[in-house]
Amino acid sequence: MTTSNPQSFERESSWNIDQATFLKALRQRYTFDKVFATLALLAVVFSLFVLAVLLIDVFIDGIGRVNWSFLTSFPSRRPAEAGLVSALVGTVWVMVLVALITFPVGVGAGVFLEEFISDNWFARAIEINISNLAAVPSIIYGLLGLQVFVRVMFPITQGRSILSGALTLSLLVLPIVIIATRESLRAVPGSIRQAGFALGATRWQVVREHVLPLAMPGVLTGVILALSRAIGETAPLITIGALTYIPFLPELSLKGLQSPFTVLPIQIFNWVSRPQADFYSLAAGGIIVLMVVLLLMNATAIYLRNRFQK
Amino acid sequence: MTISSSPPDPSSLWKPNRKASKYVQRVVVWIFGAFALVSVATTFGIIMSLMLETINFFKTVPIWRFLTDTQWTPLFSNPQYGILVLFSATFLTAIIAISVALPLGLFSAIYLSEYAPPQLRKWLKPALEILAGVPTVVFGYFALLLVTPFLQFFIPNLGGFNALSAGLVLGVSITPLVASLSEDAIYAVPESLQKGAYALGCTKREAIVGVILPSALSGIVASCILAISRALGETMIVTLAAGQNPNLTLNPLVPIMTMTAYIVQVSLGDTPAGSIAFLSIFAVGMTLFIITLIFNIFSFWFVRTFREKYE
Repeated sequence: MTTSNPQSFERESSWNIDQATFLKALRQRYTFDKVFATLALLAVVFSLFVLAVLLIDVFIDGIGRVNWSFLTSFPSRRPAEAGLVSALVGTVWVMVLVALITFPVGVGAGVFLEEFISDNWFARAIEINISNLAAVPSIIYGLLGLQVFVRVMFPITQGRSILSGALTLSLLVLPIVIIATRESLRAVPGSIRQAGFALGATRWQVVREHVLPLAMPGVLTGVILALSRAIGETAPLITIGALTYIPFLPELSLKGLQSPFTVLPIQIFNWVSRPQADFYSLAAGGIIVLMVVLLLMNATAIYLRNRFQK
Repeated sequence: MTISSSPPDPSSLWKPNRKASKYVQRVVVWIFGAFALVSVATTFGIIMSLMLETINFFKTVPIWRFLTDTQWTPLFSNPQYGILVLFSATFLTAIIAISVALPLGLFSAIYLSEYAPPQLRKWLKPALEILAGVPTVVFGYFALLLVTPFLQFFIPNLGGFNALSAGLVLGVSITPLVASLSEDAIYAVPESLQKGAYALGCTKREAIVGVILPSALSGIVASCILAISRALGETMIVTLAAGQNPNLTLNPLVPIMTMTAYIVQVSLGDTPAGSIAFLSIFAVGMTLFIITLIFNIFSFWFVRTFREKYE
């Protein structure tokens, strides 16, 4: 078809390139494709390479330090005698408390938002609020903890105590647990709820007996992910003033909750920020212990998930 | 066999205690509702605790001096509180970080979603999650003791503390965030678009660059904004590797002090509650909170406004 429009004619003719030119261009295009695919692969490889270098570097620096006396000694001014027992025990205390707080509160809030209130303005407001909270920098939670738990609630927490630290970290990771709970509840098919209602069960009975057990693997994974976030957090605990030199262990009682404490990341930070190079290997040793604890927690998550899925 | 014509005795029927279970449900709803309100209370608590002390701070230091001074010298006899000093440092490290994390994260997302064989992908994704799960204090150790000496090999006048190595490591630490959010955005693009591009004779790269990435743009931009917001609020890497020297500079080779590093520095010292230095960390925290909040809201807004909708 011929047209009188010169522009359209020109456009048509520009398509009529000869085969040799096209093939040459095609080869070039395929070369670009290969370069592009290689770049994409390199990006992943580079990220994982950095991870590997980091882990190997820490391992080489610190493995010589990790022995029984390192795990059972208190921190010391003399690097050769220093250990991290108080930080390790502090981390265990804080983690147990954070788990005890976030599990009921996070799962309860998730169940409430997903099962009990319909999609109204209140639910949406809380949802936006939670996703905003998840993006607040962790050090801001430290300032909140400093004001509310350390100062306002001093009579209960006795200031810079294990309880204040655990409460601060709980608020920090609560959005993770709530979001994970809601997602796994949403994955439970609605027919299960309807079957329960048809038999005359109340909503809570259906949730407790049928929906929650099915959602449990996802919920537990969320809780453990939240805990592994909390275990590595340093900034909020520094802000609420977790002391770095603790030459004693908190006593195993309710009174222990009000005792000052330190945790592994803070002990590591303390050692890295010293000018003497002798402490760096201690820090690397501490990092190895921290990473092993993290690894154990993630392995537990996978184990629990598999167990519950049966 | 006889069939009784009379109705069964009502007292022998099973009667569930509906009243009790309804009562239990009501109690549970109230308790769980209270738990849900904890998140609202947290937001309220953050805003109140930051605001009260910030107002006290501005009673001593006028707000316009806070915003316009070019010195940050809280410990001098004539203290000056110019937030620009700390802000420039935070901004500098975040810019370095995102210029590492955006190409790395985006290309990783493209590889994972378009090129990686499913078997390999099953290993790469958890590996990237491990990278995301490394505590930031570990990255700080890495930046200070390995990356900085390594960079000094090439840049001899690089300080022991500097924004460059802190920013680079910070970038690697937020790469998994960019990668996973961008990958989600790429996944949301319907396959028919890609197939259409192939039908028109596009090569794979042309389909990705010309069709998929533009369609996923809103999600990619949002991931980038969220990553910047994460970089702005990151604390341990910049505290350990970028230093504690409040310099108003955009030179990445010298020690600087970010907003988060200042909060850590004051928290580590024995600052009495109510003193001006103590109040200043809340003013700095408030500034950081507002900046990250603006970034987060902008990212939500961006996704909502520019999301391509597919049927």
